[in-house]
Amino acid sequence: MFILITGLLLGGTYALIALGLNLQYGVARIMNLANGEMLVAGGFAAFWLYTAGQVNPIAALLVIAPLAFAANWLIYQVMLVPLVKRAKSRGALEVDSILATFGMSFAFVGIMSWIFGGGYFNYAFLATPVDLFGSSYAQNRVVAFVLAVLIGGALWLWLSFTRAGLNLRAVSVNPRSAPLVGIDVRAASALAFALGGAVTATGGALVSMFFTLDASVGVLFTMKALIIVIMGGVGDIRGTIVAAVLLGIAETAVARLIDPGLTLAAAYLLFLLVLLFRPQGLFGKAQT
Amino acid sequence: MSAREVRNLLVSAVLLGLCALLPIYGSAYWLTMGTTMAMFAVLATSWALFSGPTHYISLATAAFFGVGTFVTGLWFQSLPFWSLPLIAAVAGAALAALVGLVTLRLSGVYFVIFTLGLAEMVRQVFTWVQNQTGARGMYVLTSLTEREIFWMLLALGTLVYLAGWLIGRSRLGFALRIIGNDETVAKHSGIDTARAKVLLFMVPGAAAAAAGAMLAPRYIYIEPATAFAPLLSFQVVIMALLGGTGRLWGPIAGVIPFTLLWEVITRQAPNQTLLLLGLAFLLIVYVLPGGFVGLWDRARRRWGGR
Repeated sequence: MFILITGLLLGGTYALIALGLNLQYGVARIMNLANGEMLVAGGFAAFWLYTAGQVNPIAALLVIAPLAFAANWLIYQVMLVPLVKRAKSRGALEVDSILATFGMSFAFVGIMSWIFGGGYFNYAFLATPVDLFGSSYAQNRVVAFVLAVLIGGALWLWLSFTRAGLNLRAVSVNPRSAPLVGIDVRAASALAFALGGAVTATGGALVSMFFTLDASVGVLFTMKALIIVIMGGVGDIRGTIVAAVLLGIAETAVARLIDPGLTLAAAYLLFLLVLLFRPQGLFGKAQT
Repeated sequence: MSAREVRNLLVSAVLLGLCALLPIYGSAYWLTMGTTMAMFAVLATSWALFSGPTHYISLATAAFFGVGTFVTGLWFQSLPFWSLPLIAAVAGAALAALVGLVTLRLSGVYFVIFTLGLAEMVRQVFTWVQNQTGARGMYVLTSLTEREIFWMLLALGTLVYLAGWLIGRSRLGFALRIIGNDETVAKHSGIDTARAKVLLFMVPGAAAAAAGAMLAPRYIYIEPATAFAPLLSFQVVIMALLGGTGRLWGPIAGVIPFTLLWEVITRQAPNQTLLLLGLAFLLIVYVLPGGFVGLWDRARRRWGGR
């Protein structure tokens, strides 16, 4: 029971991070390998606001999310649009965007370790225990989970019931046909990329409440988010959430029962099973 | 063999001879640099053999390399040293085959992601096994000098080149060029695409593991965290792409300048190496998509020549 709930709490935050990546890959078709660095940047911002300005991390989200949105929108327009324009096929865009976002990822790590130094950082926020079902859990984890559920839910509602959300979903299904019904694919992709970045940075701020981060830890989160997106299926929100919770539980179980150093190995085991048996994602249909 | 091939062969032989004599005319410093360059030349050239024609970006180099160093670390006392690179090559090829069988049936993104975390995952498993058995790191103390390591790497590099040349002339190489151009066409022409890719992926796996086995004595102390440092994979990708994967000699054209630049940066501003790596990636994508080889080909086209 303890493992299940801890895993669920962890999985909720993972789901939010992976949703950000899924928006970027599913709609804008950019496999963003600098996603983890955006998360760390969000965490850094929350840490800095909390220690320097005594700003509550939850209130800080109101600053971090719009900033991340603007930053990612700029990144898309300046760095990625040239790649989209010159790409002859989806495969060529994939190779280019993978290399470009690797470059950004390393550049961000370099800049962040320049500004903040190479050390670890964490802060104590709501570090008091709460009791649930007979065991106690850190309050900040529970708060992060609740916020992740609220934000993820809002995102889902927005995607499902608004015109703009419908546009994004149309582009995600078929970027070639979307212009035929009057959708500006470029604008929709930029919006999805920026939104995805904002969601990821928000996830980073939430994660920083209970994880110790450092400038180079981003790639681990990128890795987990990628595994979740593939496991859940590209562009599939429901699959992403289920996959994130599964990963959270699997990691917690391995960390508690075998060895905390094996969390990535646990993620890989899940990844391997998915690749072998359901490469189209948990709920995906077989592709032609 | 045509006259052109004979000429290329002679040029390569002379260059190889010049390299092989480096320990005799070069200083200790240049020997160290030469060994590093030889290592990256092996890694980048074998990387480009697979990733050049298929456009699959492999980040598994560090995992293969680490497996190779561990082979040496575990058995250098009980087995003759010449057998260790061979064992490592077999182990590396086997690991590559496993990874390839799982991922190469699917699209390139899955492959990149899987190899991205592979080194880290293997490191976690090795660390865990070591923790279970109570062992920590290993000392690799041999009588091998830098000069001998350099010569071994040079020999390995020559093998990689020969392998690349032979693959380029073989049915497998032809099949891979078709796959790289259009996988659907390749399938319709009756090529078993997954099999061809897995077979080819075993080449960089074996080469990187053998290089790791040869270089283990240079590190003296081996532990999982240093043996599986993921940075190595990225350096190899940068160097190969900077040089260009279109030709066999392309990666070396990237290895030499990048190793020198890396050396300068690590000495002058050790904290900026990651920034340099990032900028190099961006440079390749936005300015030099074909690497130096692409520049060279364009220059030749513009100013005539053969």
